Amino acid sequence: MTNSIDELMDSGAIFITGSNTTEGHPVIGAKIRRAKAKGTKIIVAEPRKIELAADADVFLQITPGTNIALYNGMMSYIISEGLQAAEYIKERTENYDELVATLADFTPEKAAEICGVSAEDIKSAARMYAQAPKAAIVYAMGVTQHTTGTEGVMTLSNLALLCGNIGIESGGINPLRGQNNVQGACDMGGLPGTYPAYQSVANPEIKAKFEKAWGVELSDKVGLTLTEIVHKAGHGDIKVLYIMGENPMVSDPDLHHVEEALKNTEFLIVQDIFLTETAQLADVVLPAASFAEKDGTFSNTERRVQRVRKAIKPVGNCKPDWQILMDLLNKLGIEKRYASAEEVFNEITTVTPSYGGISYERLEELGSLQWPCPTPDHAGTKFLHSGKVARGLGLFKPAVYKPSAELPDADYPYIMTTGRVLYHYHTRTMTGKVDGLNKLSPASFVEINPALAEKLGVTDGEMVAVSTRRGQIEVAAKVTAKLKENVIFMPFHFAVGAANVLTNTALDPIAKIPEYKVCAASVKKI
Amino acid sequence: MSMLTITIDGQAVEMPAGSTILAAAKKVGIDIPTLCQLDMEKQFNQQSAACRICVVEIEKRRNLAPACATSIMDGMVIKTDSQRVIEARKTVLHLMLSDHPLDCLTCEKAGACKLQDLCYQYGIEVSDYPGLRNDYPLDASNEFYTRDLNKCVACRRCVQVCTNFQSTKAIAFGDRGFTTHPVAPFDKGMSDSTCVSCGNCVSVCPVGALLSKSKEKFRSWEVSKVKTTCSYCGVGCQMNLLAKENKVVGVEPMDGASNSSLLCVKGKYGFNFINHPDRLKTPLIRKNGELVEATWDEAYGLIADKVKATKAEYGNDALAGLTSARVTNEENYLFQKLVRAGFGTNNVDHCARL
Repeated sequence: MTNSIDELMDSGAIFITGSNTTEGHPVIGAKIRRAKAKGTKIIVAEPRKIELAADADVFLQITPGTNIALYNGMMSYIISEGLQAAEYIKERTENYDELVATLADFTPEKAAEICGVSAEDIKSAARMYAQAPKAAIVYAMGVTQHTTGTEGVMTLSNLALLCGNIGIESGGINPLRGQNNVQGACDMGGLPGTYPAYQSVANPEIKAKFEKAWGVELSDKVGLTLTEIVHKAGHGDIKVLYIMGENPMVSDPDLHHVEEALKNTEFLIVQDIFLTETAQLADVVLPAASFAEKDGTFSNTERRVQRVRKAIKPVGNCKPDWQILMDLLNKLGIEKRYASAEEVFNEITTVTPSYGGISYERLEELGSLQWPCPTPDHAGTKFLHSGKVARGLGLFKPAVYKPSAELPDADYPYIMTTGRVLYHYHTRTMTGKVDGLNKLSPASFVEINPALAEKLGVTDGEMVAVSTRRGQIEVAAKVTAKLKENVIFMPFHFAVGAANVLTNTALDPIAKIPEYKVCAASVKKI
Repeated sequence: MSMLTITIDGQAVEMPAGSTILAAAKKVGIDIPTLCQLDMEKQFNQQSAACRICVVEIEKRRNLAPACATSIMDGMVIKTDSQRVIEARKTVLHLMLSDHPLDCLTCEKAGACKLQDLCYQYGIEVSDYPGLRNDYPLDASNEFYTRDLNKCVACRRCVQVCTNFQSTKAIAFGDRGFTTHPVAPFDKGMSDSTCVSCGNCVSVCPVGALLSKSKEKFRSWEVSKVKTTCSYCGVGCQMNLLAKENKVVGVEPMDGASNSSLLCVKGKYGFNFINHPDRLKTPLIRKNGELVEATWDEAYGLIADKVKATKAEYGNDALAGLTSARVTNEENYLFQKLVRAGFGTNNVDHCARL
């Protein structure tokens, strides 16, 4: 998030798109509703009539995969009405002319046709966003998990820049991170192209810095992404694969392909707290301590670094992940020992400029610190790009709408989209062990519109076969008016009736993110 | 903001205009008991001021005033422990106790119950006002908590947190007078309401009316409390883990910058995986197709040998690692260090995209 969660409370308008906030991030959902009660305008653009749709001043039930058309339609209207932040654009941005040229004849009416909503609603959403003194954009995987995901984010950034909403309190573009420490995993260099703090592996100076810090020679070749690793493993080109705390056997697209890839890997190491679907394929399984059994830090969606503290001893003979990793580093000749998680953190701060001023001592005193926090006397950063954008001028990166990789046809006539439910988390490794949660959400399902259900002769709770070009599964139908007639929805949590048997592996060319949110499917009564 | 000066129990205090008497007393270390007052609510005029346990005497005012919901005025002279105040508080407690079961011996809330603490503080054993009692059936329809309205003291905290903070609005206050109580729509069970089981009402209930269902029996004084960060989504809610005999038996929300004392159903009730019998407890190595138990040294030795042999035979880029968005920063740092420095490749990624 460029901004902080609590700033939403003072936003004039919040534009929520590609996020089912009250289920995916319930506490932020609660805060958005609180903002609404205090007078904030709410705009929601989603393929499903989610809970927040009821709170929305404008609800745009768009066809999955048409985000960019919607945002472009809004921007085109804002420019045609002269609602853009002219001074801000002049002083703090560049490449505005290209944006204007790209949107020239893309009217709200054209957008409406693509998105399956009314042009009037697009216009009122645009007015509401542009005329609010401070407006925030909140989004999640509904924006990113498309073959045009990166361009979707850039288009949102264009919209925010157009209305002067970057670099101000209660504005910004605010991705809601799905996992407790996905922000931290990225910050810490869990990415093929960057060391901690997004320092490029290809930069010779950075490489030299880490070679000095770690006392070894390092590679300057950008590594493979997750999806590329799985692909290469499928061809037998990855001989050793080490998976820590992940369950690609449920979370990745096209699961048949994943299983084949992991089985084709000569030596698979899996480190987890349970014998997950993935661990069952491993050659070595390492038992890890859960978050309750160890010390450390997580970085949340608003860049806030907070402590994790040990409440109980590790169960059985398991060990905290950091100890396992330290032991293995030692076995491979990197001798450094750490007596505590704090000592690891202290090493992090010496090579990670944005964390440079954070320490366990300060976290104890202040509760949390938001990066960038470069020095021990720095108070942390509540919102980014204050005064001017980090790169100097805010760059407009216009993109035109492109259809999703797989569109409905005669054989697969419906658009399938995926997401979360309130009562489960990711692949259910944790929530699947909680009785109450299992009772409230016991099994996989597919949501279908009542009209479609009638056409198929299916009633609520009846089993149906859902198929795509990747595979077929049998699940119970949940008949609901949340969806339009040509759209179906499945949660991705379940290993039985797994949505990811069906999803498309087509990738965004830049971020390499799979297109989970759109594929063509058919539904049949069994 | 203008500063006002008031006198509490003979001590002068300077506070910004708009502060409550309660906040002013706290500043000079004077303890005024509270029951319905909700810390989360920063605006004093939104406090329900329903219980009247925090009443204080203000010179030149006829009535006692609730300290939690009365803003200070310049020159105010306040007494927090006059005979009149003490008597009023005792009367409040007698009235509450007149419609409350005295089952503290077996009540799960014992030791953490505000009513119990206040009765102890003011020396009240039984109510001076015996008589009619409400008789409600126990509502155990929610998966995670029970609702026993016979123990409700009508403080309104549950309704306040559900309406104004959680924004779910599953409950409201029904009836007036003696039978006033929190109700779900049509006064049915909680499972028939729009309740999302966040448990925020349970966390703020000062008595045993709302209690988490628990697999483990424990007394409030038997558990240790450790503050940590929730391990589910990216909001980073602050919480206390309650542990007894190396088992996590409960969770309570803490006031963190991102969660403001709220939790969701997963954070509050999704902790039973921690001590689940299926937890992996020892390393496993595949032998003849089967995963069998092994020592750490065997597992480490096997991994180190395999890594070294693969590097020699196929080159560093034949190795790869997937780190995790679930583990700590320290662990992510060490994992990428292991892949980069130990394996000698940048083939490291995680499921940020999934």
